[in-house]
Amino acid sequence: MIPISDIQTTAETLMAKAAIEIPDDYLGGLEKLADTESGELSAFVIRAMLDNYKAAEEDRRAMCGDTGTPRWYVKYGNDARIEGGPAALEGALRRATANATHNVPLRPNRVHPLWRTDHDNNVGINAPEIEYTFNPDGDWVDLITVHKGGLFGSDYRMLFPGDGIDGIKRFFLDTCVAFGKRGLACQPAIVGVGLGGSKDASMVLGKQAACLRTVGSKHPDPKVAALEEELRLLGNSIGMGAMGFMGSSMVVDCNIELGYCHTGGMPMSVHMFCLSSRRAVARIYADGRAEFRTDPEWFTDYSRRPTVEWAAEGAPQTEAAE
Amino acid sequence: MTESTLKTVTLDLPVTTEDLSKLEIGTIVYLNGRVFTAREGVYKRVVEDGQKLPADLGSVNFHCSPAAAIEADGTLNVGAVTATASFRFAKWLDGWFKISGCNVIIGKGGMTSEIYRQSFVPNNAVYLTTVGYGTGALLGRGIETVVAAHWVEDLGLAQAIWVFDCKNFGPFLVEGDLQGNSLFERENAKIAGNIEKLYEGTKSATLRRYGETDDKTDEVI
Repeated sequence: MIPISDIQTTAETLMAKAAIEIPDDYLGGLEKLADTESGELSAFVIRAMLDNYKAAEEDRRAMCGDTGTPRWYVKYGNDARIEGGPAALEGALRRATANATHNVPLRPNRVHPLWRTDHDNNVGINAPEIEYTFNPDGDWVDLITVHKGGLFGSDYRMLFPGDGIDGIKRFFLDTCVAFGKRGLACQPAIVGVGLGGSKDASMVLGKQAACLRTVGSKHPDPKVAALEEELRLLGNSIGMGAMGFMGSSMVVDCNIELGYCHTGGMPMSVHMFCLSSRRAVARIYADGRAEFRTDPEWFTDYSRRPTVEWAAEGAPQTEAAE
Repeated sequence: MTESTLKTVTLDLPVTTEDLSKLEIGTIVYLNGRVFTAREGVYKRVVEDGQKLPADLGSVNFHCSPAAAIEADGTLNVGAVTATASFRFAKWLDGWFKISGCNVIIGKGGMTSEIYRQSFVPNNAVYLTTVGYGTGALLGRGIETVVAAHWVEDLGLAQAIWVFDCKNFGPFLVEGDLQGNSLFERENAKIAGNIEKLYEGTKSATLRRYGETDDKTDEVI
């Protein structure tokens, strides 16, 4: 049984870590772009950001003044039991969000969409969002917090099989160009692409691909991985760097996640996780012990299983290209 | 990475029109002196509803909601500060310049040169853009004193007026100069030819959208 007090304490630590510490994988990806960026203004912007991450860690202050709209992803091991059950877990995550907003401090971004009521704690109706997934074994729970900016850089489009891979590339370009100008997307970004599902699933998958996969990760289907690489290079060939200045640093990495969709359609979403790609992860075991990391390990062979049954043991059941 | 030839200047606030006239787009700027935050919540109150501004705000308006908290004893705790996108505030600016007397706007993403010519140039004001847009920790370091937070009760922490005394506050880039030129528009123009080439031979999506443009020199702001 995982003590609920350990859930809340760990969640508060995660909120601060996400806001302050840039994940190593993103940092490494950005440093690589810094080495190849020849646009003078774009290179200046990237250098300033690299200084900024250091300042944030030295001062233990948030790396960006817009601390996004904090949200939670929870992965339950099949044998995990939490003191008080799932409702207690949600209560702990809401309290941790409110406490950390005051203590770090974070910007209290969350308001009522119509009346603009601000509780000054990033908690309100349907906020923070909490999404769940499950692992076929384990007595642990993974807590992941993501602090993503909320205004620019995401788009959705219903494409059709006739639009083909070229249609996917064009919509990818459309989104990069539209939100890359003036740096509205705060690029270079981890660009997540959701393909398939229904409209809502396509949006969810794309956002998770941006926020819950690391720079350098590859989709297990080699043809999808090749498309990820092609889109990354395409984004960096626009001629646009940081803040939309002339340059070559638009995409730190591109991650695609997909789901089966209606036979007539090919829905697609694009999401950009920005220069402050903030995520932090902890696994909490039955005895309350917490292990911190930055790779969410959200997508697994189990979560991407293609068939009716899941074989608990044995070879991964991923589905490769035909 | 090549060696930078970008110019850097430090301005003491308040700044004169003469000093502003020397700023060229693309110059890196650091500020010493008083800066205050105001965005749509404040603009609506002041420009539309005629509410009087608090005293001693200075003349530099930062489009910013800080990552900040007010402790139980009233202490103002400001961590990181970065700008929010400015293009949404264009409609209030002419009235705002006249009431506030501001001559520097700091924000994210700039505005169009058309808006600079309409609202900034007649009021001798320039636009500085933050960098990144996420140098929140560097900018937070530049705040020496948090002087006041006004209208917190009515507007909330994010929309309130925060007043900062700053030292070596930056970096910023000159985006809109006193002639109304825009750095972003200059850069867009440089990239436009390449974008046109990239799209060559591609076809529009099967399902169109109302209001959609295929002219990639258009902007979404």
